[in-house]
Amino acid sequence: MRKIKDDGYLDMELLRFTTAGSVDDGKSTLIGRLLYDSKSIFEDQFESIKISSINRGFEHVNLALLTDGLRAEREQGITIDVAYRYFATPKRKFIIADTPGHVQYTRNMVTGASTANLALILVDSRKGMIEQTKRHAFIASLLGIPHLVICVNKMDLVDYREDVFEKIKSDLQAFASKLNIQDIQFIPICALHGDNVVDKSKNMPWYGGATLMYLLETIHIGSDLNLVDCRFPVQYVIRPQSTEYHDYRGYAGRIAGGIYKPGERVMILPSGFNTYIKDIDGPEGKIKEAFAPMSVIIRLENELDVSRGDMIVRENNVPEISQDLDIMLCWMSPEKLKVNGKYAIKHTTRDARCIVRNVLYKIEVNTLHRNQVDKEVGMNDIARISLRTTKPFFFDKYKLNRTIGSVILINEATNDTVGAGIIL
Amino acid sequence: MRSYNLNHLRELESETIFIIREVAAQFERPVLMFSGGKDSIVMVHIAVKSFRPAKLPFPLLHIDTGHNFSETLEFRDALIEKIGARLIVGSVQESINSGKAVEETGPNASRNIIQTVTLLDTIEKYGFDAAMGGGRRDEEKARAKERFFSHRDTFGQWDPKNQRPELWNLFNGRKNEGEHFRVFPLSNWTEMDIWQYILLEQIEMPSLYFAHHRECVNRKGVLLAKSDYIKLMDGERWEKMTVRFRTIGDMSCTGATKSDAVTVENIIEEVAASRSTERGSRADDKRSETSMEDRKREGYF
Repeated sequence: MRKIKDDGYLDMELLRFTTAGSVDDGKSTLIGRLLYDSKSIFEDQFESIKISSINRGFEHVNLALLTDGLRAEREQGITIDVAYRYFATPKRKFIIADTPGHVQYTRNMVTGASTANLALILVDSRKGMIEQTKRHAFIASLLGIPHLVICVNKMDLVDYREDVFEKIKSDLQAFASKLNIQDIQFIPICALHGDNVVDKSKNMPWYGGATLMYLLETIHIGSDLNLVDCRFPVQYVIRPQSTEYHDYRGYAGRIAGGIYKPGERVMILPSGFNTYIKDIDGPEGKIKEAFAPMSVIIRLENELDVSRGDMIVRENNVPEISQDLDIMLCWMSPEKLKVNGKYAIKHTTRDARCIVRNVLYKIEVNTLHRNQVDKEVGMNDIARISLRTTKPFFFDKYKLNRTIGSVILINEATNDTVGAGIIL
Repeated sequence: MRSYNLNHLRELESETIFIIREVAAQFERPVLMFSGGKDSIVMVHIAVKSFRPAKLPFPLLHIDTGHNFSETLEFRDALIEKIGARLIVGSVQESINSGKAVEETGPNASRNIIQTVTLLDTIEKYGFDAAMGGGRRDEEKARAKERFFSHRDTFGQWDPKNQRPELWNLFNGRKNEGEHFRVFPLSNWTEMDIWQYILLEQIEMPSLYFAHHRECVNRKGVLLAKSDYIKLMDGERWEKMTVRFRTIGDMSCTGATKSDAVTVENIIEEVAASRSTERGSRADDKRSETSMEDRKREGYF
């Protein structure tokens, strides 16, 4: 046990990243390369896709068959849905949300991006920045992904030329300046041969930066969560109903922001009552402090009426409290958004209903143009809307806290999730 | 300065606790499917942590194929006793006796597929509206597409091309009468994470996972343990070997692997060096390229 612990084995960080791309830009090849080079593809998996590749008449082993798991995807040779892939190096464990890149799958890209710390975007060196590249960068910025990595792929097909790479880099930098992106990095790669993926390329001595794997392993993600504004949405009330714990009443939930300590004065929303934290129980028992994203149980000094959907905060740092929300909406249903329509809405652990009041504008995803004329919101459209909820929500702007600033809309007749909303 | 970072195991644990509590909060009659394998043992361990000092607010459900390793049943009963949970058993033998399921025949006959009949019947009988399972996305390519909250229609079927989008930590468990959910709280764990967590938490595991002597037959590369359920074919013979199991399922389709790993640390080293997936030893997955997707569509675990 000691040995494994000393090696840092049990003590790795978790990095979630998303990729988006279409069939021909080499996204699946790159993922296959990352998995293969980190020894996360097993012989039996490799054997099985090798046989499939031969059966389909491909020249090379098609690594895309690893990620395209559904029958329909394998038959049509396309990625339809978000697929999750896992690999680990001694430093970090990685979760890849692999999504399709075409405009008709914007909703899948948004889904994959919603939990990511980093977005990886592939650009074909021969084509440079295309509409799809802009769309992916826009979605990454909209979903508040802190880090963006642009891999300029297929450098072998442009003779590994530095000027080609620099041109694409400056085009994208110009575009990104219009977006809200904190950290953007560029790497020239060749996924097929592995240049600058895990090992430094001998073909591009002019590139002095990090390889993709090195970047993924070292990029600083420690400060991506909000540790300042205390937000604890109550998820579940624990009452043992046993003689030993007769008076026990604990509020279970996952800390969405800030640091909590026993003895601190807190405020309960919506009641507005104040009390002190008596104890905090973590998965290991009593703890002295708890921070995002820990799942804990908070016990309070006073017996108050607190239930699921309430929020425990600090009295001098309360979120916005309102029934009126201004959101950027990604619509995910084939049935169009109805102005004045009613939907069920979920925010943290709070459920309510809402009415759509107004569509302010739609965003043309490829140009960032705000369309105030055509306000019909259909599948994959992104629009700014205002809505009113049946009861007050306690929220922060999405850019301050992704958990406290997001909602989903649900069609009450079909129960389908039809919209994802980012609170502005 | 104090660092406010969770390591990967604690972050995964926190996510799993959140999902399990969300199930308890959103559904009226949830159940935790317990197979006796390492994933469901870890899930029970985390479920207990999610609610203590209260007891589990849901029962455990074991679908008993009648072809279990005796070690699995002993371990199950001891665990239930220890945590004071309620156990419900769905019997595949009863489904066969009542004519609802038809037993496969032939040398490779397995009750793996007909378990689905028993599972769906049991879910209906008790009115369960959410069944938690230990499935992980890294196990199999169809599972890689699975949601945490996976909707099933009135026939218990999965429609992989028409799944609800799942964003942030907002889980939509709304459904109509007669429909239910399968929930996978361990979706983001890998085989390695599971073993590292078992080591970290010192979780007791069935002896089957550790190297021991056993008589097995090598059938097309799958080492099947000697039991009443395996009939030798021409040219096959029982051989004594040192093996352990990487996954534990029905005796008729779970293959052993040759191994000397006698401790959890040994197993972690073995998993790190392994060049084949854990399901590589499962005869049920070898039937076709999309056999997992096909079984899942019908309502399999």
